[in-house]
Amino acid sequence: MTFALLLIGLMMLGSAAWAMLGRNLIHSALLLIASWAGVAGFYLWAGAEFVAFAQVLVYVGAVSMVVLFAVLLTRQNQISATLIEPASRARAATGILTAACVGAIFGAAILSTGFHGAASAGPVSSVKRIGLELMHRNGAALLIVGVILTVALLGATVLAASDSKNSPEDLP
Amino acid sequence: MTLYAQSLWLIPALPLLVAGIGAITRHRGVAIAAILAMAGSFVLSCLALNSALAEPAAHTAYNFAWFDLGHGAMRLGFLLDPLTAFMCVMVTFVGTLIFIFSLGYMKEDPNFSRFFCFLSLFAAAMLGLLVANSLLLLFICWELVGLASYLLIGFWFHKPSAAAAAKKAFITTRIGDLGLLLGMLWLYNSTGSLLFYDGGHGVLEAATLASLSGTILTCGLAASTAIGLLIFCGAVGKSGQFPLHVWLPDAMEGPTPVSALIHAATMVAAGVFLIARVYPLMSADALLAAVPVHALTVVAFIGAITALMGALIACGQNDIKRVLAFSTVSQLGYMMLALGVGSWTAAIFHLLTHAFFKALLFLGAGSVIHAAHHEQDIRSLGGLSSKMKLTFITFAIGTCALVGVPLFFSGFWSKEAILHAAHGWQVSHLPFYAAVIGVILTAFYNTRLMAETFFGKPRSHAAEHAHENSSTMTTPLVLLAVGAVLLGFLSTPYWPWLQLQLDPTLEHEPASYGLMGLSVVLVALGIGAGWALYWRTTRTKASAPDPLAVRAPGVFAALAAKLGFDEFYAATFGRLNDLIAAVADGLDRWVFGGFVNLLAKLGVFSGLVNRQVDEDTLNGGFDGVSESVRGSGLRYSHAQTGEAHGYLRVMAAAFIVLALALVLGGVR
Amino acid sequence: MSPLHLCLLISTGLFCIGLAGALARTNTILVLLGIELMLNAANLNFIAFWRFGPSPASANGMIFVVFSIAVAAAEAAVGLALIIAVYRHQKNIRLQDANQLKG
Repeated sequence: MTFALLLIGLMMLGSAAWAMLGRNLIHSALLLIASWAGVAGFYLWAGAEFVAFAQVLVYVGAVSMVVLFAVLLTRQNQISATLIEPASRARAATGILTAACVGAIFGAAILSTGFHGAASAGPVSSVKRIGLELMHRNGAALLIVGVILTVALLGATVLAASDSKNSPEDLP
Repeated sequence: MTLYAQSLWLIPALPLLVAGIGAITRHRGVAIAAILAMAGSFVLSCLALNSALAEPAAHTAYNFAWFDLGHGAMRLGFLLDPLTAFMCVMVTFVGTLIFIFSLGYMKEDPNFSRFFCFLSLFAAAMLGLLVANSLLLLFICWELVGLASYLLIGFWFHKPSAAAAAKKAFITTRIGDLGLLLGMLWLYNSTGSLLFYDGGHGVLEAATLASLSGTILTCGLAASTAIGLLIFCGAVGKSGQFPLHVWLPDAMEGPTPVSALIHAATMVAAGVFLIARVYPLMSADALLAAVPVHALTVVAFIGAITALMGALIACGQNDIKRVLAFSTVSQLGYMMLALGVGSWTAAIFHLLTHAFFKALLFLGAGSVIHAAHHEQDIRSLGGLSSKMKLTFITFAIGTCALVGVPLFFSGFWSKEAILHAAHGWQVSHLPFYAAVIGVILTAFYNTRLMAETFFGKPRSHAAEHAHENSSTMTTPLVLLAVGAVLLGFLSTPYWPWLQLQLDPTLEHEPASYGLMGLSVVLVALGIGAGWALYWRTTRTKASAPDPLAVRAPGVFAALAAKLGFDEFYAATFGRLNDLIAAVADGLDRWVFGGFVNLLAKLGVFSGLVNRQVDEDTLNGGFDGVSESVRGSGLRYSHAQTGEAHGYLRVMAAAFIVLALALVLGGVR
Repeated sequence: MSPLHLCLLISTGLFCIGLAGALARTNTILVLLGIELMLNAANLNFIAFWRFGPSPASANGMIFVVFSIAVAAAEAAVGLALIIAVYRHQKNIRLQDANQLKG
């Protein structure tokens, strides 16, 4: 059990770390897809199949496509991308340091806590059950989230839509 | 009779209405309106006289409340009795004639309508004075009359001498009016009323008089005496008695119709009228033996002094109007004398006749002045008897009346009544002697005036080319001359009709032929002396010395200088007034003004301090605070670097701090 | 060390990696991806506690994660649209260059 977890975790973390450190943007996007797949795997190991499927559908399927589209639409000079300025180096160092601190604090907190939880047999979830929960008790939230999604995507479309007067890309 | 008394207010109201109209328009028709108003008042006065003569002894009063004063009301009223009625008839008749005369006299004056407005105002005030039953209403009209006199004396106000004369008249009469006001206040305080006749409670009725004469003051005088003397002060001022006579000669600066109406016939007679009106009050102390002085004694002596003094000074004057002015002073003295010695009816009789012949003389003088292009010095006139026949004849009639030429002229009868009364006075014969000397002098100076003005050869260019005036100016002269003759017969010693109407309780005394003969002799003496000096050899040149000056130069110089009253007053009261004024000015400028300036400077100083505090402390404070807020805002805004990484970093750091705080604080 | 601890540590690690990426990288898209990683780490936490938590019968954890995924997707879409708009304006997607809102 734990071995599978470790493996999934390793894959997740590794691809995430490589993605964040990489120079090439497309490589980073693809590696992140792998990471998200790893997360989905974790959900499967934990017994939340529905969530795992949702994760795959949304993240691996949709979000990654959107990311790739964005990357492709915002290509810039390769030359400037390879240079790392000193300021950027300092910033990177500060960022990693900060993240390390946060991680340290979290880790300390987690390791020093004794959880009295039920260990082995996980909860049983059925899609019917999830459906009932969603529609029955969280119906309002569901509707609101639906609205949020609609509005957000409409907004994103509007934002990303090209401004025909100003954009030089459309000029012949 | 009460209906007439109630409607008496119409008599002054008609001229008042015209005065109001005249105040708002410059149309020359105001003159015609004024004449018609006066004529209307004359008709009403005749009706009133008719009503009054039906019951001569009655004093019909109509009183009404003017305004409420809490415990009582201030009451005014109108009085109808023979005195009022005769005076009203005289004033309106003479007034109408003088108004008609002014049509011609003031024709070329640019302020024609203003003249008639003021004349109407004067007439309204004078008539109001005559019909008043309340001392308060009388006083109000008294002051209005004084105002009208000021306005009319100073009618040609751009002449400095006229403006000064108007001021002098107003101020001098004001001094007298102060006494009148004090008397009025004392009377109101003692009796609670200012009405003359009020159904038994009036001031002139028996009950009040008994209480007033019964009150003896600490100085020994009776209250009625004191009040009477104070009221007499007003009469002294208004009627030009010694010592307040100094304004009358100067008042000749006004146009001649003004001199005729106001300073001969009517306004100056108001003082005599006042004393006659309050005669019961003045004579209330007659039966008291222990008082130091009776009010009427004072009146008699002042009248006598004035009569003599006026006649003396008139002998030395060279301006035709000045002679007549001093003659008026003298004749008013006669009237006061008559009042003092006990015969107020004789005084009123003389007042009525004097009004006619003095107005006639003044209008005649006006005619002469107008014809001679405003030449007023008698030394430069002469020979006008042939050039201005009508004026000459009427002037002669007036002079005869003034002098008292016997039998046909009114002055003889009225002066006769006065001499009779003076002779019969128990207290002293001094006023009688003064009156006698005055008769001689009156005849003398009037002869002098006639001789210098009308006889002999014309002594100047103006006199050469004089000619008779238009009928608007000569017709009033004729009418007044008729009056001057006929009025005398109203009260001869054989038939004292007028005096009986005025005072039905008068005892009929038999005629004294000795006295009548004496006055004839006196008149003859005076005329003779005048003829000898001035008529027998008339003046040859304007610059030739006066025959009297040749014979008695010192006396003549003193008389010509009006016995130095003006100089004396200027040296004493004038200087005192200047001193007080200087002190008051210094006080006002340095003490009060200094104090006010100090306050002002304090105000300015505190304003400055305030501004500094406001600018430095408050503004500075607020500005400082605002600046610091802005500055800190500016500084804090630098924290907005615009870099998303920076924000994230800060958020992460804050989260670390929070977590540490929670962990170390004991939250698990 | 129970499995719960391990799960939590893994999610912490993912969170830190995401944080580091968001703080260190210049490219705006990578910053966004870092943030997505952080969200995913949070979701991991939820599922871990659902699996090893005290009340196994409730589906609250899953429901929450479903919603979280949905919202995160919407947010990613909007963010990327913004990045495209910014790119159109300044011709690159360096986050440092988009600092006009500074004080």
